[in-house]
Amino acid sequence: MSEERPAALISHAEWLRPSVRYGVGAAHVVLLVLLVVVGLGPLLWLAKSAITPTNDTITHPMGLFPNGFAWGNLSEAWNNVDVARYFWNTVVIAIGSWASQLFVATTAGYALSVLRPKYAKVITGLLLTTLFVPGVVLLVPLYIEVVRPPIVHHTLIDTYWAIWLPAGASAFNVVIMKRFFDNLPREIFEAARIDGAGPFMLFWKIVLPMSKPILGVVSIFAVLASWKDFLWPLLVLTDPSKQPLSVRLPSIEGQTELGVFLAAMFIACLVPVAGFLVFQRSFLRGSGLSGAIKG
Amino acid sequence: MAGGGGGLGPPPPATEAMNANAISEIEVEGAAVAAHQAYRRPRRTPLTWVRGGGLSNLLFLAPMLFAFGAFSWYPIVRTGIMAFQHTNLVQAPTWVGFANFSAVWHDPQFPVAVKNTAYFAFLALIFGYPIPLVAAVLMSEVRKRRGLYSALAYLPVVIPPVVAVLLWKTFYDADSTGVFNTILGWVHLGPYPWLQSESWAMPSLVLESTWANAGATVIIYLAALTGVNADLYEAASVDGANLRQKVWHVTLPQLRGVLLVTLILQLIGTAQVFLEPYLFTSGGPANHTLTVLLLIYNYAFGNSLGGDYGKATALSLMLAAFLAVFSLIYLRATRGWSTE
Repeated sequence: MSEERPAALISHAEWLRPSVRYGVGAAHVVLLVLLVVVGLGPLLWLAKSAITPTNDTITHPMGLFPNGFAWGNLSEAWNNVDVARYFWNTVVIAIGSWASQLFVATTAGYALSVLRPKYAKVITGLLLTTLFVPGVVLLVPLYIEVVRPPIVHHTLIDTYWAIWLPAGASAFNVVIMKRFFDNLPREIFEAARIDGAGPFMLFWKIVLPMSKPILGVVSIFAVLASWKDFLWPLLVLTDPSKQPLSVRLPSIEGQTELGVFLAAMFIACLVPVAGFLVFQRSFLRGSGLSGAIKG
Repeated sequence: MAGGGGGLGPPPPATEAMNANAISEIEVEGAAVAAHQAYRRPRRTPLTWVRGGGLSNLLFLAPMLFAFGAFSWYPIVRTGIMAFQHTNLVQAPTWVGFANFSAVWHDPQFPVAVKNTAYFAFLALIFGYPIPLVAAVLMSEVRKRRGLYSALAYLPVVIPPVVAVLLWKTFYDADSTGVFNTILGWVHLGPYPWLQSESWAMPSLVLESTWANAGATVIIYLAALTGVNADLYEAASVDGANLRQKVWHVTLPQLRGVLLVTLILQLIGTAQVFLEPYLFTSGGPANHTLTVLLLIYNYAFGNSLGGDYGKATALSLMLAAFLAVFSLIYLRATRGWSTE
């Protein structure tokens, strides 16, 4: 029955002792209940309240539909509070940020790990130093640069480029991409080169197809980070019709009745939570498969 | 060695020496650099550079050099310049020396923000540091459906922070019909004022922040726990160690490196807390949740008449310098301890 258990804090002999078995078992049940209440509870409450009439949520926040449902909250939020527009803004911002991050991280990782020009060490060093600079240092000069870009002289404020372009400068992405490429077998590159593949062919036909796992991980975190971002889009998108959900939610809080507002927040959670569940399931299937093979 | 075609690989020793020779001569001759190099080393013309993959190297690096140059390295340098200037985007910037720093230093809100940020970091440490560790050690011994445990622990991390804060804001409703006050009312506690009280506001912020972030730490610890060598546990068992002794003498020492890293990362993260004070309380009540980052934001963007960007960059440099010095001291002090 045992799943893969790399660390065996509790030995088999100890596990056979009833005191250990029931003690640890009880601790696990308590932990699971706590995790359900703390981890899932707030989200369940949000889902419940999104379809509960506002008055019921205000007077009996922990009641379960004392006066029936209010499905209208969701459509009210989606259509009349313009959540639909903000939702699609969020999607467009996330897709652009994802593309920009993936483009920069894959090309840079490839150049620094596979092509390795002589000056690669210097660039990698510069890259690693940016990892240690706290984000707050960038905030004000980056904002001013977006308001008054040098050379271009056309403000990026209220365009999505103000979010997409800086998103590409993620040192973390480049470093993990480079580290993954570092571990790819060199012989394959040499073989491809002998067969006449140039650097572009090698990148497109060999390195990228071999890197699907890391591309997936970087993609998931890129989309999630973009969906969660608040301060930067708040600063550079001043036109409400262009703002993403995270920026709009605090502004509509005051002008919207509670039930509709909670419905809007529920909609804002849907994509990241659904994405996480899908990701988690494939993760579980992977470890479940290896468990089945072993057991 | 994997050069893009091999042309830009390290030159053989003989050319290396020649190269060094050439460089010293370049210093003397100055202007004739390019011609001279082409003469001494006919191998390296622009054409051979392109053929050797130099151009494609640069093409692949171009996106990264543009993105980091424009949106990371250049702004970092700009911070260092702007902190010594007076800039308001209308007039040309003027040099003011250390005036911005001294203005921040003498701002009565500065010590308040520092004190509040330290308080936030301290509370986050008390609330947030031990819980993930205990949870992860327990979870690592779950025999069935461990994935469910980690999924539940990680779920708050994927909820957009703005939603998390605004949701908890409704939970913290100070009325007796607020969510938390209702739940505590079942056991005849409260109602509590939560965010409206000067003494309760900061702990309330930290509670939400801990809820939102602890899951990520749990996953890090779980990964580290799977790396603990099972032989160590077995050896301890053979020596007659009980469970508590094994946790104390094997698990925790084995996690020491990770524990030290997550501690400093958490401190650096909480020193830059912004979203919670901004959305929950806007720094109130009576500046009791005003943090350093909120003060930076207020300097730069809080005034609709135009920001004081000099003061904002000065304060962010001060914060960065403090964090750098703090991290260095921390690493120096714990170096022997973590590699022992």
